[in-house]
Amino acid sequence: MDAYTILQQAISGVATGGIYASVALAVVMIYRAIDHFNFAQGEMAMFSTYIAWSLMHAGLPYWWAFILTLAISFLGGVLIERVIFRPIHDAPVLSHVVVFIGLLAIFNSAAGFIWDYTIKPFPSPFASGGLFGSTLISLHKAGMIAVTLVVLGLVYAFFRFTEVGLAMRAAAQNPESARLVGVRVEWMTALGWGMAAAIGAVAGMMIAHDVYLEPNMMIGVLLYGFAGAIVGGVDSPGGAVFGGFLVGIIENLVGLVPFVGSELKLTVALVLIVGVLMVRPSGIFGTRVVRRV
Amino acid sequence: MTVGAGPQAVIPPKPVRPPSGLAVAGISLRAWRRFWLVLGIVVALTLPLFAGSFTTFQLTQAAIYAIAILGLNLLTGFNGQFSLGHSAFYAIGAYTAAIMMDQWEIAYYWTLPAAGLICLVVGFLFGLPALRLEGLYLALATFALAVATPQILKFSPLEEWTGGVQGIFILKPDAPPGLPLDQDQWLYYFTLAVTAVLFVCARSLVRSRTGRAIMAIRDNPIAARSMGINTALYKSLTFGVSALYTGVAGALGAIVVQFVAPDSFTFLLAVTFLVGLVIGGVGSIPGSLAGGLFVLFLPNLAEQISKGLAWGVYGVILILLIYVMPSGAAGLVRLVTMRLAKPSG
Repeated sequence: MDAYTILQQAISGVATGGIYASVALAVVMIYRAIDHFNFAQGEMAMFSTYIAWSLMHAGLPYWWAFILTLAISFLGGVLIERVIFRPIHDAPVLSHVVVFIGLLAIFNSAAGFIWDYTIKPFPSPFASGGLFGSTLISLHKAGMIAVTLVVLGLVYAFFRFTEVGLAMRAAAQNPESARLVGVRVEWMTALGWGMAAAIGAVAGMMIAHDVYLEPNMMIGVLLYGFAGAIVGGVDSPGGAVFGGFLVGIIENLVGLVPFVGSELKLTVALVLIVGVLMVRPSGIFGTRVVRRV
Repeated sequence: MTVGAGPQAVIPPKPVRPPSGLAVAGISLRAWRRFWLVLGIVVALTLPLFAGSFTTFQLTQAAIYAIAILGLNLLTGFNGQFSLGHSAFYAIGAYTAAIMMDQWEIAYYWTLPAAGLICLVVGFLFGLPALRLEGLYLALATFALAVATPQILKFSPLEEWTGGVQGIFILKPDAPPGLPLDQDQWLYYFTLAVTAVLFVCARSLVRSRTGRAIMAIRDNPIAARSMGINTALYKSLTFGVSALYTGVAGALGAIVVQFVAPDSFTFLLAVTFLVGLVIGGVGSIPGSLAGGLFVLFLPNLAEQISKGLAWGVYGVILILLIYVMPSGAAGLVRLVTMRLAKPSG
């Protein structure tokens, strides 16, 4: 094994990591808005991607379909919050988890029913070929990483510099006080759902070119997205993106280790992740929780 | 914002048991409980005599799921630790039984204690590092376990024992000579007996001094520790016992299905247990039985309603059930009892 192979695997890890990072970002977004992990996130993104596919099939150019899909996903996310989660917002966390699982089943089954289970190719907005003519990373993957970083920048700017962003942070951190100063906490939560659905849609449309469009395309990816989010720190968007890349690189490099090979790649990657958590229980960039006794 | 919130946030507050001294329709709650228990036992004992062999087989499986869900309930409902990885312990139990029966030709009933013991040790050892993790992070660690399990079972150096991707076929045991039962009926009664023993043990455990310590850790770990409870030891032990239950269920599952293969033990199985736990009732021992019946029969029901959209129907039913009974079947029963009950005398 020479240095070039390792470099190539590491860079290809960065590229897969880009996928995980964009999913992890969506996971963290919704976590900040509702304080839960959304297990249906992947299926929501998959469904959005199908909508984009239908729009493109109807003759819309890529970027128009892209923007329209974002808008539809945003509305869909808001709607899910208002219709499904508002009535049970007091229910225990485990009940929420079951509702997420229910949503997952519904989206998965509905997508298969509407668009059937055959695998569909999904176009990439970027030209084919390698970046700067090299074989290390394709233009699509480089573009995907760029898109992820742009989304991260936008999210950061939104939370840091806009009034709505501030209100959303307040609503998540301390709902009672936020309500007292006039923040409409319920709508902030709904907004968080909408944004997370839209970010998920971006992730779905970027990934679909690599993994192909089919109802189960997000399941594996979501798992890595979760892992990335937790490793990076579940309340930190930047940390989530970093964690996503890290998971991708670890996964690829572990595949090179003799004996482990690709057979146990996933296992070793997950063990490493749990190892990280042993040392830093709240993720690399996460805030430590201090609980009142 | 709270990250990885403590068990207090994960677990619903323990519902208040209806106080004794209340009565529904003039009969005390205690007597009602006895009545339902006896009725349940009678129905469970006579059902396979009327039902077809496939229904009997399904009921056996429901009982097996109930044991696994009870194991998860001990961990999550009573000790406040989250697990998405119980499919791993189920797999260990199943493979223990299959390997013992296939390679060493050991009788099926000996595989249950063996599977239980192995899972107890593995669960305890897994519980030790899990002590450092809480809430979401524990969920991720156990989740990693669930995802890794099928891969490890397929791992080629282990193929000699595990049979690799193909898995292991085992023979269905016969009823003991002299009993007028066919194989399915015998397995049903065998499973029922194991289930009954395990449920009684769980009930006794929860009501003992140890059980109170386990629940104290769930309700307030810091207070529990300051009262002198060795939280680390109890948490790991609960993990072990929970794994033991799920492992026994796995061994029974292997015997009943007569087949084990890596892809039967994916993360989806762990999700099934979790759904059963919540629908049955977190922190309720009889609720686990309801959960077992539920996770077995609901998918079939959904498929009957719509073939193409079976999973969609399943999802809709799940969500509706959470609306109707946010704290599971056990919570619903408790609510109805409280509504109907009046002070007796």
